[in-house]
Amino acid sequence: MADGGPGPAAISAVGTARAARPVLLSLDHVDKVFGTNVVALRDMTLEVRQGDFISLLGPSGCGKSTALRLIAGLMQPTRGRVRWEDQGARDTLGVVFQEPTLMPWSTVADNVWLPLRLRGKSRKDVMPEIEEALATVGLTGFENAYPRELSGGMKMRVSIARALVTHPRLILMDEPFAALDEITRFKLNNDLLAMRAKLDCTVIFVTHSVFESVFLSDRIVIMAARPGRVIRELAVDEPYPRTEDFRTSTGYVAHCRAASEALALAMDGIAHEG
Amino acid sequence: MALIDRAGDTAPVIDAEEHARLRAARLERTLRWALPLLLFVALIALWQWYVTAWNVPHYRLPGPFLVIQTLINDFSSLAVSWWTTVRVTVLALLLAIVGGGGLAILFTQSRLVEMSLFPYMVVLQVTPIIAIAPLIFIYIDSHIARVLFIAWIVAFFPVLSNTALGLKSSDHNLRDLMTIYRASRWQRLRFLQLPSSLPYFLGGLRIAGGLSLIGAVVAEFTMGSGGRAAGLAFRILESSYRLNVPRMFAALLLVILTGVAIYLVLSWLTWLLLHKWHESAVSRE
Repeated sequence: MADGGPGPAAISAVGTARAARPVLLSLDHVDKVFGTNVVALRDMTLEVRQGDFISLLGPSGCGKSTALRLIAGLMQPTRGRVRWEDQGARDTLGVVFQEPTLMPWSTVADNVWLPLRLRGKSRKDVMPEIEEALATVGLTGFENAYPRELSGGMKMRVSIARALVTHPRLILMDEPFAALDEITRFKLNNDLLAMRAKLDCTVIFVTHSVFESVFLSDRIVIMAARPGRVIRELAVDEPYPRTEDFRTSTGYVAHCRAASEALALAMDGIAHEG
Repeated sequence: MALIDRAGDTAPVIDAEEHARLRAARLERTLRWALPLLLFVALIALWQWYVTAWNVPHYRLPGPFLVIQTLINDFSSLAVSWWTTVRVTVLALLLAIVGGGGLAILFTQSRLVEMSLFPYMVVLQVTPIIAIAPLIFIYIDSHIARVLFIAWIVAFFPVLSNTALGLKSSDHNLRDLMTIYRASRWQRLRFLQLPSSLPYFLGGLRIAGGLSLIGAVVAEFTMGSGGRAAGLAFRILESSYRLNVPRMFAALLLVILTGVAIYLVLSWLTWLLLHKWHESAVSRE
C-alpha cells in the first residue's frame, strides 16, 4: 500500500497514446466528509481523458459511488475540486444507476424520452433518437411495453438507452450489472463494449467485480475503504474490441491477478488498521 | 431438477397438487361473490320472517318488501332529496381533491409552509365536526356553503395526508436523475412527483369518497332545513318525527346505495389509472 501511484504496469504504450487525448474532467485532491467525521473519500485525484473506460474498483464503503456522485454534481466536495475541461460532456452526461430506475408509469419509449423531454423536446420530434437508442441496446419493438413487463436485464437495457439518448460524451455507471445473474451480466458486458465502440464515448464504471473491471476497462482505479481512497491505478493495455475469447486469454488472467492482488493489499490494510 | 427434466419429455401433466390448487382458486373466485349474496338473501328472508311471524308493527320495523314498496311509491319526492345529497357529496369530494391535493403540492414546494400549516390541518381533522357545527351556523349564512364546508372538512384530510406522503415517496435515484438532467421544479413535479403520488392519492380519494357522504349527511342533520330541496338525511329526521319508519328505511337505503356507488366508481377509477403499471392493480399469473 506504500506505492500509492501507478505501478510499472501502468506505464505502457497505451499510456503514452492516452496522454495525447484531451482531458474531459479531473478530480483534484478531492475529499468528501459526511457530517463532521465520516470520511467517505480522501484525497482523490483522477484524470479522465476522452475515450477512457475507467473502472473504479473496490469493496463497499471505499467511496467509489461517492466519487461518481461528485462527478455527476449530485454533491459538492468538502475539499478539492471537480474540474470540467469539456462543458459539452457535462451537458450531455449520461448516468446509469445500480437499479434500472425507470418510471413504472411510463412506457419504455417514454422512459427513454425523459432526458430530451426535460429539454422541451416533443416526443414526435425525437422519436428517431429514441428508436436509435433502443436499437443500440437491442430493444426495438418494446417501445410500448411497461417496465414491469420486462426482465431485470431488459430494464437495465432501457436504463442504458435512456443514458444514450442525449448522445453523451461521458457516461457514469454505478454498478449497473451487480444485481443481474452472471449470464445476463456477461451478455451486457459484451454489448456495452460494442455500444461504446460504436458511439465512441468515455465511461466511468463503478464495480466491485475484478473480472468485470478487467474485461471492460482500459484503466482500473483500485480503492480501499475507511477512509475511502485510491490506492492504485492499473492500466489494462489490451486492445479493443474485446470478445468473449478475451475472458479466457492469458492477458486477461494476468490482469485479473494483478487487480486481485492490489485489492487484497487494500483489504489487508483495512484489517491491520481495524 | 433431473426429475422435472424427464417429466418434461412427455406431454404436459397437471399433478395432483397443481390440480388441487387450480380447483381451490376456482372455488375462491365463485365464493367471493356467492357468499355475500347468499348471506344477503338469508338476512332479507330472516328479516321478513321475523316481521311476519311476530306481527311487528311497521312503525317499529317495516319488512324489507314494505321498504322497497315505499321507496317506489315515494321515489319522486325522495329522488329530489337524493339528488341534493349526491350533489353536496360530489361537490365536497371535488373540493377535497382540489383543497387536499393543492395543499399537499404546496407543502412539497415549501417546507416552511408545511411546517407552519400542517399542525392546524391536524387540529381541523381531530376536532369533532358536530362540535363546531353550531359555530359554522353562526358564521356562514348560505345553507349550501355551510353544508359544503362541513362535508369538506370531514373529507379533505385523507387526500391531503396521502398525497403529501405520495409526493415525498418518489424514487431517490429518479430524483437524482432529475437533478442531473437539470429538471425545473415544475418538471420535477409534473414528471416525477405527481405520477409517484397517484397511487397514494387514489387511496386517499377512496377514503374521502365515503367521508364526503358522511360529511354531507352530518351537515344535513346539523344544518337541517326543510322544503323539497332537503337532503336525504333531513328526510330521515323528518320521517322519524312522523313515525314514518318505512320511509326512514327507504331513505337510508338510498344513502347506503350512494356510498356503495361512490366506492365502486372510485375503485374503478383507481383500476383504470393504475392497472397498466402499479403493483397493487396488477393481477398475478
